[in-house]
Amino acid sequence: MNKKNIITPRQLIWERFIENKFSLFGLVLFSTILFSIIFLPFFIPHGRDEINYTLSFASPSFTHILGNDELGRDILIRILHGGRISLSVGFLAAIISIVIACLIGGVSGFFGGTIDFLLMRFTEIVSSFPFLPFAITLSAAFGTAVPPEARMYIITIILGLLGWTGLARIIRGQILSLKEQEFMLAAKALGLSSKRQILYHLLPNTFPYVIVSATLSVAGYILTEAGLSFLGLGVVHPIPTWGNMIQSAQNTYTLSYRPWVWLSPGIAILLTVMSINLIGEALRDALDPKNRG
Amino acid sequence: MLLTLKIEGNMSLLEVKNLKVHFPSRHGIIKAVNNISFSLSSGEVLAIVGESGSGKSMTALSILRLLDGTDAQTSGQIIYDNKDLYTLKESALEKIRGNKIAMVFQEPMTSLNPVFSIGNQISESLIIHEGKKGAKEKAVNMLKLAGIADAEIVYDKYPHQLSGGMRQRAMIAMALSCTPTILIADEPTTALDTTIQAQILELIRKLQRQFNTALILITHDLGIVAETADNIIILYCGEIVEKISTQDLFYKDTLKHPYTQALLDSSEEMIPIQGNIPSPLEISEGCLFAPRCSFAKENCFLEKPELKACAPNHYRACFYPCGGAPCPKS
Repeated sequence: MNKKNIITPRQLIWERFIENKFSLFGLVLFSTILFSIIFLPFFIPHGRDEINYTLSFASPSFTHILGNDELGRDILIRILHGGRISLSVGFLAAIISIVIACLIGGVSGFFGGTIDFLLMRFTEIVSSFPFLPFAITLSAAFGTAVPPEARMYIITIILGLLGWTGLARIIRGQILSLKEQEFMLAAKALGLSSKRQILYHLLPNTFPYVIVSATLSVAGYILTEAGLSFLGLGVVHPIPTWGNMIQSAQNTYTLSYRPWVWLSPGIAILLTVMSINLIGEALRDALDPKNRG
Repeated sequence: MLLTLKIEGNMSLLEVKNLKVHFPSRHGIIKAVNNISFSLSSGEVLAIVGESGSGKSMTALSILRLLDGTDAQTSGQIIYDNKDLYTLKESALEKIRGNKIAMVFQEPMTSLNPVFSIGNQISESLIIHEGKKGAKEKAVNMLKLAGIADAEIVYDKYPHQLSGGMRQRAMIAMALSCTPTILIADEPTTALDTTIQAQILELIRKLQRQFNTALILITHDLGIVAETADNIIILYCGEIVEKISTQDLFYKDTLKHPYTQALLDSSEEMIPIQGNIPSPLEISEGCLFAPRCSFAKENCFLEKPELKACAPNHYRACFYPCGGAPCPKS
């Protein structure tokens, strides 16, 4: 018997994760997308905002593989740069909402009583904000005041600040049931402070739910950002995102006769969201304790 | 030096005075623990014995104030090291929990956090009380002392990879890692296989002697008590009915509380005690055991016997104690 025989929970989850071929496909697809948007722009000899009116709406060619938009900008390089923005928005918003959800759900579940009551009512208030009108109003209010580069952060913060409520409730519920477990009493009997009990013993036990929920919410945030940008309320030109690149499809002529302008960012959204969802679903199966086999 | 050590040895280490644990409910107050007082000297093994629902576990939990944050209303004094634990701040209490007074729980299957390795959990209490340095070596050493052969390997294992007995050994290693002066063991062998019970008990006893730790052993099994304890407290419905030394209980023809006798009979001769423990809401004026007692006379139902000294180191709350022979059955 040696140390190699010990299977850690992490190894067990990984083994179950890669058993699922869909998840492997999702992982490979997502890694490919991630690597291309990070490294591919260095190998493309066009600038992100390089305007060339002679190439306005030019169809795909050898020099511009995915064609050009109305200002003659290369669509491929804009998709890659747009991907950086879309993914950053998705991940940052997910991180913001997870931090808030852990904080509020954790404190609420652990301390209970009045603190729990107040925090949960606050959560209900936030979750009953109508998301779209609220996001539209906020981004319209801040929109004119900030430069296009900063719009991305505004939209990230809006998404993060409004999206934590569901996860906070899940974490609170988990902690309510976990803190009644005997190992928490044992932890208290060992002299652990409340902070340590929450951070080191309760929250790690909720990680399976947090990880799954976070993965799926990244996909959701990417879609929402694309939707808002499509409506001109998210990230605005000249900063490209997948959402505002499809904006040109609002023109009927472009929609009918220049599919390369809107089809490729659309496919980029589809593939990214699909791959993240595949990973999320597989994680859900892999982390499910009832699914041990 | 020797003299001071001796004096310290005789002084009581822990003094519990008028401990009460009450639960308010819609139908009245449930008195889980009612006015319990006892003391523990260093190195002593004190057993708290009683049926299910007699308040044993509540007593154990309330010593370290582990019932804080629940509905329980606790009062009384718990004097440890000249400090009343019930007036201490939470942060000061955290320095005592696990460090000076440690606990082993009943269920080794659920008392360990499933997401951390065994070693991780043992070192944790060492890290918070004694600092990070040497925590791992000490934890491995504790596992070895707890009778785990390949301690280095078990250190990295997770709770679900160990058997119940192994987990209880790990729990004991964890509880004793900071060499506490008091160990509270709440039915440490109840959830275990009979073959392992004796081993675990032997281990607790061995380590308790080795570290000169005082032990509060909570159990419903008088058989365990006979081999382990110095003194015994018999609890019934949250009240002490008898305090007695093990010698007096088992090896002499001492007059005993009928409940103590009934417990003895049930463990030695498998004679069940008639009736059930009364509902904590049914407050009777007389002796709480009277409805089940075959010696009870009229005044037992009207008047409550007080806990009185009847011999050195022997306290009893009964008007009509019975002798060494089995109680007559009705």
